[in-house]
Amino acid sequence: MVLGKVIGTVWATRKDENLTGMKFLIVRHIDLEYRLKDQYVVAVDSVGAGVGEVVLVASGSSARQTEVTKNKPVDAVIMAIVDKLDLTD
Amino acid sequence: MFFGKVIGTIWATRKNPALEKLKMLLVQPVDSSRASTGAPIIAVDTVGAGSGETVCYVTAREATIPLPDSFAPVDAAIIGIVDRIDPEVIETM
Repeated sequence: MVLGKVIGTVWATRKDENLTGMKFLIVRHIDLEYRLKDQYVVAVDSVGAGVGEVVLVASGSSARQTEVTKNKPVDAVIMAIVDKLDLTD
Repeated sequence: MFFGKVIGTIWATRKNPALEKLKMLLVQPVDSSRASTGAPIIAVDTVGAGSGETVCYVTAREATIPLPDSFAPVDAAIIGIVDRIDPEVIETM
């Protein structure tokens, strides 16, 4: 999974009908000091994440392993909201 | 499968139910001489890896296979703790 910060929302009325009812959040990758990196991904929210929250995003086929995204054309899902990041190195 | 070094831990209470009671570790990908290669990722620990240890992790959907509940949105899982690496030097012809 990758660490990211929710920076916005995507609204799309015309889309694959399998995707109705899903929330698409724009998640920008962040580094270990929470600084924004260049990459971003549009991920389906499955845990009620809000803008500004630090989240984990799972990608690929694993993204379809949730009740919200099962058998849906989704390759990135927000599956955790990060409370704390402990760096030991 | 890739090598990685455990450099931290992620704590998350609001998460997918299949991740309950699973430890999520911060892993810095490394090569066979333990030099960092690429950005850190988060992987679910399935073997009790500790911080600072060199580990083997598997990615993509296969990462859910070792989990107690394999219907989980996980794309990286630590499946081994490395004792020693003997990189064979392949003589080019």
